[in-house]
Amino acid sequence: MSKPKEKTKESISIAITGSGGAGVMTAGTLLLEVAAQAGWYGLMVRSSGPQIRGGEAAALMRFSKSPVECLDDRFDVLIGIDWQNIHRFADEIPLDATSVMIGDPDQSEPPEVFVKRGAHYAPLPFKQMAKSLPGSWPNMIALGVAAGLAGLPVDSIKAVLQKSLKKGGGEKMAANIAAAEAGYAFAEGVPSVPRLSGKLAAGKEARWLITGNQAAGYGAVRGGVRFCAAYPITPATEVLEWLAPALPKIGGALVQAEDELASINMIVGSSYGGVPSVTATAGPGLSLMTEAIGLAVAAEVPIVVIDVMRGGPSTGIPAKSEQSDVNIAVNGLHGDAPRIVVAPNSIADCVSATQWAVYLAEAMQSPAIVLSDQYFGQTRAVVDPPADIGLVTERLKPAAGENGYLRYAITKSGISPMAIPGNPGTAYTADGLEHNERGLPSSQSGDHIKQLDKRAKKLDQFDYGARWADIEGEGDLAVVTFGSCTGAAREALARAAADGIKGRLVSLRLLAPSRPAQMAKALAGAKRVLVVEQNHTGQLYRYLRAEYDLPGTTRSFRHPGPLPMRPDEIHQQITEWSRS
Amino acid sequence: MSSPAAAAPITAQAFKSDYKPIWCPGCGDYSVLSSFTKAFAKLQLLPQDVAVVSGIGCSSRIPAYTTCYGFHGVHGRSLAAAAGLKLARPDLTVVVASGDGDGYSIGGNHFLHACRRNVDLTYVVMDNHVYGMTKGQPSPTTEPDWDSKLSPGGTGLRTFNPLVIALAAGANFVARAFAGDPNGTADLIAEAISTPGFSFVEILSPCITFRPEQREWKQMVRPAAVTYTNDAARAARRIMTDDGMNIGVLYKGERKPYQPPIGKGKKNPSDLETEFAL
Amino acid sequence: MSTKKSVKKATKKPVKKAVKRPVKKTVRKTAAAPAPKRAAAKSVPVASNAEFMAHAYAMEAEAAERYAEFADSMEVHNNLEVAELFRKLARIEQIHADQILDQMGWKHSPLSSVNVRWEGMEGPETADPTELHYLMQPYHALQIALLNEKRARDFFANLAKVTKDPGVRKGALEMEEDEAEHVRLIEEWLKRTPKPDANWHADQDPPVLSD
Ligand SMILES: Cc1ncc(C[n+]2csc(CCOP(=O)(O)OP(=O)(O)O)c2C)c(N)n1
Ligand code: SF4
Ligand SMILES: [Mg+2]
Repeated sequence: MSKPKEKTKESISIAITGSGGAGVMTAGTLLLEVAAQAGWYGLMVRSSGPQIRGGEAAALMRFSKSPVECLDDRFDVLIGIDWQNIHRFADEIPLDATSVMIGDPDQSEPPEVFVKRGAHYAPLPFKQMAKSLPGSWPNMIALGVAAGLAGLPVDSIKAVLQKSLKKGGGEKMAANIAAAEAGYAFAEGVPSVPRLSGKLAAGKEARWLITGNQAAGYGAVRGGVRFCAAYPITPATEVLEWLAPALPKIGGALVQAEDELASINMIVGSSYGGVPSVTATAGPGLSLMTEAIGLAVAAEVPIVVIDVMRGGPSTGIPAKSEQSDVNIAVNGLHGDAPRIVVAPNSIADCVSATQWAVYLAEAMQSPAIVLSDQYFGQTRAVVDPPADIGLVTERLKPAAGENGYLRYAITKSGISPMAIPGNPGTAYTADGLEHNERGLPSSQSGDHIKQLDKRAKKLDQFDYGARWADIEGEGDLAVVTFGSCTGAAREALARAAADGIKGRLVSLRLLAPSRPAQMAKALAGAKRVLVVEQNHTGQLYRYLRAEYDLPGTTRSFRHPGPLPMRPDEIHQQITEWSRS
Repeated sequence: MSSPAAAAPITAQAFKSDYKPIWCPGCGDYSVLSSFTKAFAKLQLLPQDVAVVSGIGCSSRIPAYTTCYGFHGVHGRSLAAAAGLKLARPDLTVVVASGDGDGYSIGGNHFLHACRRNVDLTYVVMDNHVYGMTKGQPSPTTEPDWDSKLSPGGTGLRTFNPLVIALAAGANFVARAFAGDPNGTADLIAEAISTPGFSFVEILSPCITFRPEQREWKQMVRPAAVTYTNDAARAARRIMTDDGMNIGVLYKGERKPYQPPIGKGKKNPSDLETEFAL
Repeated sequence: MSTKKSVKKATKKPVKKAVKRPVKKTVRKTAAAPAPKRAAAKSVPVASNAEFMAHAYAMEAEAAERYAEFADSMEVHNNLEVAELFRKLARIEQIHADQILDQMGWKHSPLSSVNVRWEGMEGPETADPTELHYLMQPYHALQIALLNEKRARDFFANLAKVTKDPGVRKGALEMEEDEAEHVRLIEEWLKRTPKPDANWHADQDPPVLSD
């Protein structure tokens, strides 16, 4: 990490840090808006200490004139509004000799861990400067410095601050705009940062500023969801906070349940009533929900469970990302319980993948788990608006008064018409007990086998189209990954291509059921398969080895959270393996 | 008996499924089933507009024995499933069936919050002071000295008083019924259904297999001596000082049910995009 | 009043003969608990003939329904002999009920079954479900029938005593007579029926779990 890497993607990475009250996240969010205003793309990952208030915080950002999907390997700029406990972020904020550190000399010197990396230090007395501009805040100076170092136009800062400080009154606005301008001017004297240049891609005016959690919530309603019951948990709460006011506007409702056992059973109940339903949770909640997800499998009730993964096991690392719920998502129910597992592979895809999950759940009358993670969920990004995938909720229903209605009839597709309460003549009892076609409890082997086959078949035979995975590039090396590792893997492959090493990317959107034929096609001719994921035991790797005949030799590259998977480490793996 | 003419009133029989109960002959739950069907007929509901939701246990088998829409979920979670259903489909009549293990032990937390949330549900617990389905273990309402394989010599634990707890947690209607009085129980269930909000009907329903001594309940129960009160504190005092054998409505309140306005908002999902657009 | 009388006859007598009058109620002892004594149903305040007939109908219909449930339950539990016996009892009571409708020219009773109330918890001829046992024998079933016939007899006797309506009294007395005959018939039937041995309820296997 000590040597600057050749970058194929022109981008600039900035970290703003500080302790409680410094307004780090506000500055970061505004900076993202300034970049968006200027027509750039960017993202901001949040990292913070465990304290509820007053803890050290870091806004980790990367900007580019083309879409940004992951953090870079290193940071160009580290701004410390203060340095209180900021050394704890040393691993998350890699600096090198070409990086610049800005800090307030009146408070303390930059932490030793950063200094050791040889970054250039430019002192800036934030507090004092803010004092000289009455009514202004130090974080607005930081905003100006960051914008200046990134090469953003000063007009964009003004535009954003005018909008966001409207509520605070004219005086405050003027002072803080002045503070940002002062920071901006200071940046001009800091020479060594490679400011972004070049033209913007044309026709990119209509863009969204969105977090993965908002995106997942929006994807759910796009898919037709109108009911949500949930219990708060980091880092999924923002999905719920977005849905709570949104659902009533479109004729739906969100209910806060007493626990996850209640929330999952509530949505099984509401969906049984005919209303497409969702809940959102994280690992501890998903663990509690497994029994009722199995009920949804057996009773064939469509539901969507958004799992925003965080570090595990147990309470683990609540506010940090890790892709370690693969096992529970694909295997975590008792009995032979086929279920759908969908993983978005970008923040924008949190919209589309969740919409797709709703569609799949409704179409197949099955539970679908959406595996998002904290990295997506709590990261705010400027993205191109994801197109509506055009797949709309369509539950197969019997006609009113259908004669001899059989709720769990064996059909060719495995999908049988689902009567909705209120429909005359088709009343039945949805049952988690094994049942016959009518739905009456049965422990006979014939019924058990028929219903097991039915539930497996409906998921297996469904036409998932091309959406099951994003497949890009060619070459005899393939990187197979999913979720938030995708951006880094894509970038690593681009760097390898620049070195003359060809490779392909298979980013799985559909983790379960597995698609052996499609995978065989995607990997045809591949001699090396590198499986990349962010967890300790290689959960995806083991799952792939169990479910698929991977061609050639396979390797697992993984590490647990909370450190994100970075392009460079994957690039190194590709390079080393190609040379051996 | 019933004429096929369209104008004929719905009979209790119309709510009885052709699927026959597997309950032990003599089980009190048979009578509760009959009370369900009578209550629905009394209110002239249509089978397709009623959903009977349950958990797991002998008592929880009831949904499939009716001609209503049924939901036989997992152990202890019937109130949650029912709340979800009712909140999403306020047009349905939702009746929840449970046992003392299902409702007061594994589902105890949901019981508290269902009372508190006051969704317009009718919660019927067939209390036999035992886990019937798992062959006779003590439940929260089992007497402390009741001997069983799993609790030799008895649990020594004091019994749980579901009615007082329901009152404390905010239930809007609280009644005690006896399975051996199916007409009276039907009346109580019908009244519970007609009362807005969360209505709780605890039915003493003998388990003749594991608690055969409960056959004596029919000589022990009696109508509550006084009519119900709308003063929860007074109701609680009465319930705490009675011997658990007073039958009837014990409390009726006037709390407004919890029901988010489903179906009111008329926007399209795409209207929500403006908040993301730059 | 005369209607009432003819109904009575039409309802009960032919049936009685056809089926040898296996009528209801019992005091069976299970191993577990002594069967509690049931108080005879007290009089229902019926003030007119139509009301009387409607209650008589409800009594029969309720009894029929209960026996049918018993028969179903016995069938599910593979006790076909007793199931058949309860089925018979159900049929008899149903015929009685239907005859009352015919007699009164009713399509269905003016008194909806869900609105019928007795002074006891259940109708004076309705069998107590907690008396059942999956291994019970015909003898037990007949004991149940006997008890219910006695209860019915006492019910009408009491009604005849307390009613102020001479028509109702007349009908009640006739009914009482019929029920008394049913009691005698069942007592005879019981004499012909083998008594269960002491271990009739023994089951070496534990209950089956399906939780
Ligand atoms: C999660 C779970 N734990 C345990 C069981 C086993 N189980 C089934 S029913 C039951 C107790 C039922 O008791 P109660 O609710 O009183 O019903 P009853 O059979 O007495 O009507 C238990 C422990 C289960 N099905 N699921
Ligand atoms: S075990 Fe008890 S509760 Fe269960 S069916 Fe038998 S008698 Fe009823
Ligand atoms: Mg019980």
